Amino acid sequence: MSDVISSSFVRQDLLAERPAPVKTTGFIGLMRTRLFNSPTNILLTIVGALLLWFTIVPSVKFLMVDAVWSGKDRTACLAENAGFAVGACWPYIQAKLPQLIYGFYPEAERWRVNLTLLLAVVLLLPLLIPRLPAKSLNAGLFFVAFPVVAFFLLHGGGIKGFGLSWTAGLLQLFDESIVGAGQALLTSSRTSAVGPLLWVLGSLIVLLGTVIHWLIFPLTWLRDFIQGTGQPVWADFAVTAGIVCLIAFVLGGGVRTGGRALASSIATFIAIAIVIKLMDLDRGGLPVVTTNLWGGLLVTLVVSVTGIVTSLPIGIALALGRRSTIPLIRIFSIAFIEFWRGVPLITVLFFATYMLPLFLPGNFTVDGLVRALIGIALFTGAYQAENVRGGLAAIPRGQSEAAAALGLSWWKTTSLIVLPQGLRHVIPNLVNSFISLFKDTSLVSIVALFDLLGSLRASFADPKWSTPSTAFTGFAFAGIIYFLFCFGMSRYSLFVEHRLNAHRRN
Amino acid sequence: MSTEARKPPPQIALKIRRILGGKAGWNGVAVQFAFAAILGWIGYEIVSNARANLENQHIAAGFGFLRNNAGFDVNQTLISYTGSDTFLRVFVVGLLNTLVVSVVGIVFATVIGFIVALCRLSPNWLLSRVGEIYVEVIRNLPLLFQILFWYLAVLAALPNPRQSISLFGIAFISNRGLVIPSPIGQSGLAPFLAVLALGIVASLALRVYARRALFQRGQVIRIWPSVLALLFGLPLATMLVFGLPFTFELPQLRGFNFAGGSRIIPEFVALTVALATYTAAFIAEIVRAGILSVHKGQMEAGSSLGLSRGATLRLIVVPQAMRVIVPPLTNQYLNLTKNSSLAVAIGYPDLVSVFAGTSLSQTGQAIEIIAMTMGVYLLISLLTSAIMSVYGWRVSRSLGA
Repeated sequence: MSDVISSSFVRQDLLAERPAPVKTTGFIGLMRTRLFNSPTNILLTIVGALLLWFTIVPSVKFLMVDAVWSGKDRTACLAENAGFAVGACWPYIQAKLPQLIYGFYPEAERWRVNLTLLLAVVLLLPLLIPRLPAKSLNAGLFFVAFPVVAFFLLHGGGIKGFGLSWTAGLLQLFDESIVGAGQALLTSSRTSAVGPLLWVLGSLIVLLGTVIHWLIFPLTWLRDFIQGTGQPVWADFAVTAGIVCLIAFVLGGGVRTGGRALASSIATFIAIAIVIKLMDLDRGGLPVVTTNLWGGLLVTLVVSVTGIVTSLPIGIALALGRRSTIPLIRIFSIAFIEFWRGVPLITVLFFATYMLPLFLPGNFTVDGLVRALIGIALFTGAYQAENVRGGLAAIPRGQSEAAAALGLSWWKTTSLIVLPQGLRHVIPNLVNSFISLFKDTSLVSIVALFDLLGSLRASFADPKWSTPSTAFTGFAFAGIIYFLFCFGMSRYSLFVEHRLNAHRRN
Repeated sequence: MSTEARKPPPQIALKIRRILGGKAGWNGVAVQFAFAAILGWIGYEIVSNARANLENQHIAAGFGFLRNNAGFDVNQTLISYTGSDTFLRVFVVGLLNTLVVSVVGIVFATVIGFIVALCRLSPNWLLSRVGEIYVEVIRNLPLLFQILFWYLAVLAALPNPRQSISLFGIAFISNRGLVIPSPIGQSGLAPFLAVLALGIVASLALRVYARRALFQRGQVIRIWPSVLALLFGLPLATMLVFGLPFTFELPQLRGFNFAGGSRIIPEFVALTVALATYTAAFIAEIVRAGILSVHKGQMEAGSSLGLSRGATLRLIVVPQAMRVIVPPLTNQYLNLTKNSSLAVAIGYPDLVSVFAGTSLSQTGQAIEIIAMTMGVYLLISLLTSAIMSVYGWRVSRSLGA
């Protein structure tokens, strides 16, 4: 017993306190573990600190400390007048701010630009916050209604007819073109070696044109009648609204289920009527401001928003075409996508500026801004098509097979099952495309449009403000604006990505 | 009594349907015909309108203008060119200028991109933040903005040639561009080049031999001393025998400008710097993602096999990362080549600037010139994507094997 007691050990006194473990959190811990834990790391830290010292400090000094904040012209920003080495020349930005934001948009009409921007923000913000409801209504308003309203707000002008007149006019143009092609074939059949064949083809086409002419005759007659009345816009509006509501009612399922479609189309037309009335579109609308007066941030935003709005449908159509089982459509989509993705945007803009006018009828002039917009829409559409295709490919086959088993048609399968899921997958990629589109809008300054960068470059030429620091100040200002937009979008894209991948996080 | 398997019915209608309409059947045939009719109509409209418009503007269509005299000068040419040369030569001059700026840009972009990627991956907190700031700032500013910034702000703010900034007394940078020493070939040039080529070929052969020995017999041959001797020792020896292969003519300030040396125009400097730094930010992200995509276990497995850290990186991590890196990296190279067309904004004489810009405004042959310009870029990108698909096929084959 005593052996056991003697061999066992019972500590009689307390252990001396050990020092606390080395702190690995907080600022001190960070310094210890990530900055100064080894000789190499110390060296790297010094290199990093030197890099920051030679970039951040001079920029802050230039932008804030040495800057001149007020003045009337260049003399305020000269070193001999200021008494120190002058940094940023902010009065220059103050003087040029209207030009950098609105271009040469008339001063009295600038409230229209502000209103449009406000409208865009009001519509866009709820669209971006995932928690808010009514996304489809919101998206419809932003992608369809807003561009139209924005056009009449920014450009001004009114309308002379409505849906019926436009449809009739388009069909008539199409018909004339077909008859023209037939006539051309008929005339060339007299001299050609395969004359009879051409003659048959030509007469067939002319016959088709004549048939179409008689088919659309009621429409054109109605149009001429409406244009003869005292209130062409409202008469046309009423007729169009009636026809469209009727079609929606019938397509929606007639008396049994068509009530919903009827109600929504009536609501849409009432909204359109209110907009027309508010903006006086039937009586000439707002004063016209031609696009060569637009400039600055306004053009940058118009080009990028139009690009975003138009490229998405083009991209979806091309992506569906590329997956289509119909050979011709698939080949066409592949060729179209690869062509636009293979050439630089600047050549596309050159194409739109110099080549497109040659392809249109001679009496048909297209505005310079619209030409650039067409080029950008086609170019971005091809890129979006590849993004959308990635999303469509991510949907398991079972989804569309299940839809087919339920008896849904191709259109319903695509629009109700495949597209909504596929597009959700690729929202981050789409937003990334929008970022590069936003950056690429600066290229329109090369084809003589004055966007933010173009206006900035134009403002450098002003002798009233030419100082050694003018260029740096201008670039700093424009750079901050571009950075804010792009950085904001990229953060949003990260946020959405995080949200979509929430189930994969561990 | 045996029953022969009956031949299937010919099903001619089915076959026709399949050929014409693909999987979609008769519906597909109808859609295709409608689509072809619409395309034909659009094509007819385009051709007839273009013909009428060209007639109105008195422009003769066709490529005959390529043989006419251009009559304007280009301020950077790699091949001899004067104003009396043809538009075809302008096209070649522009194309070569595009290729030069792309190749130089690609080299610098790759170097900067890898350095920034290493910074971002560094365990050092401050350095990785510096890399992150670089990437975020550069990626969120338009490329044209950066080109104009370098050209209009930075290069324009440089002093004139008389007060130019000297880089070690051999190169001078001023607002007129960069002046560097120009090499002048001497008598020893031919043997030097021949020996250098021989050395490169011999070291490649040695490498192939060493690999074969490693894979077939498991024999490790150390080749780097002989490669070093072949690539540096041999040319040095030739230099001692035949004299210097070339000497450098140093630029010297005479009056208001430099004499001697070769001058790199400021447009080239601005464009290269902007393209390289811009693309480097994207390359850095690609490289970083590629290295992060290799699982941590690979590194641990390598060290548990007793490989050193360097050998693990070289033999295990980098080859796997390269598989992820190479396709998007090529894409960035292609982007850089296409982005070099922004040269037109600052007047660097690349393809778009001299051909689609100056030549177009002189001749008015919009359709031909823009088609040729687009064709060049399209050809480059289609070639690249063809090479990349071969690469992807080889990678997937090697993975499957």
